[in-house]
Amino acid sequence: MTPIRPWLLILILAVTAGCQTPVAAPDDTLYQDLGARSGIADVVEELLYLIVDDDRINRQFRGLDVVSFHRHLTDQLCQLAGGPCTYSGRAMRPLHAEMAITDTEFNALTENLVLAMERNGIATGVQNRLLARLIALYPEVRNL
Amino acid sequence: MTAFRLVLACLTLLLSTAGQASPGSRLWATGGVTTIDGSAGGGLVPWALLSGYASDREWGGTLALSRLESDDYSLDVAAASFNWRNRLELSIGRQTLDLDSLVFALKEDFGLEQDQLRQDIVGAKLRLWGDVLYSPLGQWSLGLQHKRNRTFLVPEAIGARDDQGTDVYLSASKLLFAAVLDRNLLLNATVRATRANQGGLLGFGGDRNNDHELMAEASVGVFLNRHWLVGLEYRQKPDNLTFADEQDWWDLFLAWVPDRRLAVTAAWVDLGDIAGLQHQQGAYVSLQVSF
Repeated sequence: MTPIRPWLLILILAVTAGCQTPVAAPDDTLYQDLGARSGIADVVEELLYLIVDDDRINRQFRGLDVVSFHRHLTDQLCQLAGGPCTYSGRAMRPLHAEMAITDTEFNALTENLVLAMERNGIATGVQNRLLARLIALYPEVRNL
Repeated sequence: MTAFRLVLACLTLLLSTAGQASPGSRLWATGGVTTIDGSAGGGLVPWALLSGYASDREWGGTLALSRLESDDYSLDVAAASFNWRNRLELSIGRQTLDLDSLVFALKEDFGLEQDQLRQDIVGAKLRLWGDVLYSPLGQWSLGLQHKRNRTFLVPEAIGARDDQGTDVYLSASKLLFAAVLDRNLLLNATVRATRANQGGLLGFGGDRNNDHELMAEASVGVFLNRHWLVGLEYRQKPDNLTFADEQDWWDLFLAWVPDRRLAVTAAWVDLGDIAGLQHQQGAYVSLQVSF
């Protein structure tokens, strides 16, 4: 037996062990790029201020429990971004079904989210990656 | 140039009195800019997007002044559009082509004393289905452009059959979020039925072909951020006149949208041969105000 063999064996074992790692770490780069949960919470807080000032949509949010809304939306964005959160609020479709949200209102909210991210220094590319995941919710929010 | 001055006056007025009211709720630059035909799109190609920023409960519109200077010609366009609820766009445009270096040849060869070609365009565009941002299959619109020559002497002399014509087009536009280096990508495809010579400035129909033909047009743009869009356009064209070969159009554009109210577009344009003068390339600048 030449001295090389044990090393080869160890190498093979190491490589195959690597392949057998039970779960790959989830891709949370977007979550990290958004500044983790606290970064997302800051964006949602800014978004709430913008909504209150926006006459196109603030009536839809009247009478809302602000603290609970902030927590739910932060969890939802965190989860969408691949972060370690679980959205525990109501499902999107029943939640919005009776609000009869128009395109005008949906656009206004998207605009405010972009502005909220800008004001928190989120880079353009990171904003776009979050929006790419969020637009999947469009039919549920608009109840289409 | 009355139309040009009128639009300029309104445009200045709008800019100076710009109130706090926003022109509409659609996101920045999602109304495109104003094409040389007056419809919303890029510079040369109409997109499925409707002009301005009106969303489904709003109305709005645009005013635009554009100038294109190629090696031997200059084209001025004054245009206005109205958008009802992001469903229907109505537009008007007036094009004035200064013949510059062609004037002498026209007088020598045809005995024509004409230094300008003018054309009016009335357009309508109906959004059939979808939203450019939110629908997986994008936004689809059907449009028409009715074009009428105000000076037919030159087009007639070189073989154009009619002084008016109507283009019908179907457009699809889709924005893909974070598609190129995390930047948003805007794709557009248009199919146009037309018998216009050089977009209609040289009349409609000719000896080689006198029928509507289907032409393909396309644009690709990348949003560097929400204020800057850079892109490329291609517009296929008919070739109806034996007298003057006609080529497809290309342009490379950069649009700056500092605010919903204002858009400034600059482009490098390749128009090919026009009325016998070859390789017409040049610069294009357009200013658009939304209300």
